[in-house]
Amino acid sequence: MTSPSVVPAPAEAPNALFEFLLRLGDDRLVLGSRLSEWCGHGPILEEDIALSNVSLDLLGQATMFLRLAGEVEGKGRDEDALAYWREVVDFRNCLLVELPKGDFGFTVVRQFLFDVHSVVLMDALSRSSNAEIAAIAAKSLKEVKYHVRHSGDWMLKLGDGTHESHRRAQKAVDDLWRFTPELFAADDIDRAMLAAGVAPDLSALKDQWLSLVRDVCERATLTTPHALPQPSVIRGGRTGAHTEHLGHMLAEFQIVARSHPGATW
Amino acid sequence: MVARLDSPRDAVLAILDGVMDPEVPVLSVRELGIVRDVFVGDDGAVTVTVTPTYSGCPAIRVIEHDIIAAIEAGGFARVSVQTTYAPAWTTDWIAPEAREKLKAYGIAPPSPSLDSGGLVQLMRARPSAQCPYCSSYETEVRSEFGSTACKAVCWCRACLQPFEEFKAI
Repeated sequence: MTSPSVVPAPAEAPNALFEFLLRLGDDRLVLGSRLSEWCGHGPILEEDIALSNVSLDLLGQATMFLRLAGEVEGKGRDEDALAYWREVVDFRNCLLVELPKGDFGFTVVRQFLFDVHSVVLMDALSRSSNAEIAAIAAKSLKEVKYHVRHSGDWMLKLGDGTHESHRRAQKAVDDLWRFTPELFAADDIDRAMLAAGVAPDLSALKDQWLSLVRDVCERATLTTPHALPQPSVIRGGRTGAHTEHLGHMLAEFQIVARSHPGATW
Repeated sequence: MVARLDSPRDAVLAILDGVMDPEVPVLSVRELGIVRDVFVGDDGAVTVTVTPTYSGCPAIRVIEHDIIAAIEAGGFARVSVQTTYAPAWTTDWIAPEAREKLKAYGIAPPSPSLDSGGLVQLMRARPSAQCPYCSSYETEVRSEFGSTACKAVCWCRACLQPFEEFKAI
């Protein structure tokens, strides 16, 4: 038996796998919540149902990733604890997904940019060295292929539609483009995951994403900037530095769980 | 050695044949392909392994509850359900007899889940669904997303009837 040490324990190294899983889960949790704001407000009934369906899939994917994150962390937090009881600075989603839903054109363009990212990422992650991540990714890939067909079809309809629909879709592309470099800005977590064979090389992912996005935008008669801007300014979501919008969304999202802790029905 | 037909595992499987999917009540959870394995230990404890159809399917909790309740009612005291994600659920696991039941219920069965082509395939390219009412192929998809995660909304130009189609994944 050893006597109690007066030397403080070394600071715990950040758990890269846990952080990585939070990013995957939080992107889907936050975008799923944003999409659910369309429920009852869609432009047509079919679209109302479609957006709610996509939202549901994203929340399901978030559940799988956050549940695994909780298991990896090993502190007894499940997916609900991570969703309802973390503060805004502890969320690891990219800024793109937390922006308010805007008009239908904004929602479609944001969804399309995210969906293409999701198909290339889930395709790559289905070959992850981590068997649990590979299984979740393979399952998610089937769903996001439907999502990207839906948002991609709308890109064509809006971009190559009326003068007004084209104007709004183009404005959304212009407004959202600057938020996309964050999706591919690799940091220490991403490098650790790449080295472990868990996650793909983000620069290769970016080329694949850019080519698919450009192809559809071109067919939709929408203009994309020549290059992605340097990710020096608009980033921070991965380390908890969010826009003012996320806190408001979480307040509404978390209030029932926090007002009635442990409630069941 | 010949396996006894009335082994506990067979008994559990027979019980599961009577547990219907809450959203498509003409198919059992086995016909839908979401029951992946059944294990009965020497101590009589039953473990059922299921896989969700869609990751956000809100029926999965009800299905787990129904499975446990039915097996307990069949005389097994300790029943647990565990979830697996691999291999990912596919509509190809729905057997031909089950497809006929779907059609009779007014839901067009899923086409084969041909997973070909690129990651981004716009505009539905596959053959149109067969109308479950008049059997015409003169149909169109109104929305890839329907009343549940697993169904699309279609429209028959021949008999003017809207109908649902089980989405192929």
